[in-house]
Amino acid sequence: MPHDHHDHDHDDDHGHHHHGLSPSGHPYRQDDDTPLTYWQRMEIAVRELLIERGVTTAAEIAGQIDLMDSRSPANGAAVVARAWTDPGFKSRLLDNAGDASREMGFDIGPLHLIAVENTEDTHNLIVCTLCSCYPRNLLGLPPDWYKTRAYRSRAVREPRAVLAEFGLELPDSTTIRVHDSTADMRYIVLPARPAGTEGLTEAELAELVTRDCMIGTGLPRAPQTGATAG
Amino acid sequence: MAKRVRVRSLMPPGHVRAPAYLRGKTGVIERSLGSFGNPEQLAYGLPAEKKPLFRVRFTMAELWGDQAERPSDTLDAEIYGHWLEEVPDHAP
Repeated sequence: MPHDHHDHDHDDDHGHHHHGLSPSGHPYRQDDDTPLTYWQRMEIAVRELLIERGVTTAAEIAGQIDLMDSRSPANGAAVVARAWTDPGFKSRLLDNAGDASREMGFDIGPLHLIAVENTEDTHNLIVCTLCSCYPRNLLGLPPDWYKTRAYRSRAVREPRAVLAEFGLELPDSTTIRVHDSTADMRYIVLPARPAGTEGLTEAELAELVTRDCMIGTGLPRAPQTGATAG
Repeated sequence: MAKRVRVRSLMPPGHVRAPAYLRGKTGVIERSLGSFGNPEQLAYGLPAEKKPLFRVRFTMAELWGDQAERPSDTLDAEIYGHWLEEVPDHAP
C-alpha cells in the first residue's frame, strides 16, 4: 500500500494540529515554527529603521519585490529568440548583452551581462562558485539548485558529470566552457537554434527556450512535429 | 597586461573575490572588462578604488591535473588586475 504510513505518523508527529494523512493521502508536513535567524532579525530591523527614518517606504519595497517577481526566464527567451532570427541583433548581443537586452525594452538596471554562444562544437555552462550570482534582473530569481554547494563546487570540477545528471550527455568532441561569475559580470548562454525550426516565428521560437538552456544545464526544446510549417 | 597571467597565491583575510581554487593557476586573458570598484573595500562600506577586471581562461588540465574530465575543456573567471601577475611566454 503506497500510503500506508499511519504507524510512522504516530511516532513522528510532535505537533498538535494534524494527525495521520491529508485528504489527498500524504503525511502532513510540520509547521515551520522555528525562531527567526540572526540575519532574518537583522533584515527586519534594518528595513523598519529605513522606513522609520524616511529613507524608503513600505510601498517602494513592495514595488521592488513585485518588479523582481515579474522578471522571469521568458525575458531571456525573448532575447534568445530575437538573436536566432535577427543576425544584427545577435552580433550586438554577443558584443554587449546588457545593452541588447535594454534595446528590447527590458528594465535590467545596471546589470553587466555577457552572452556566451553555444555552437556545433562548444557548450557553455554558468555557475557562481562564491555565492549565487545570476542574471536576476533579466531572468528573475535563480533555481534553488543553482545556489547549492553541490552545484557550485561540482560545476567547475566535473561539469560533464553534472550535465549528465541533468540528462545532457555531450560527446567528447564538444568543448565545455564553464563560466564562474566571480565578480561584476553576469552570464546568459545563447543556445544553438534547434534544427527543424526554420518555419517558426520569433514568438514560437521563444517557447522553445527554457531557463536551464540559458544556464547551460539544458538544451532548447525540440519543435513539436507538425508545428507551424514554413 | 600580458596575455598569460597567474593568479597570485595569496590568502589574505577578509572578503575577496578571487576563488581559492584558482590561486596559483595560470591562464590567458580572454577579454578586458574595464574598471570596477574593488570588492575588498566595497564589502566593508569603504570608499573603493576602481580596479581593472579581466576574464581569465584556464584549462581544466591546469586546474585539476590528471583529475580533469577532459583536459582541454575550459573555465573562465573574472579576476581583478591586482590579483594577477604576468607570466612570460617563454617561461623556463
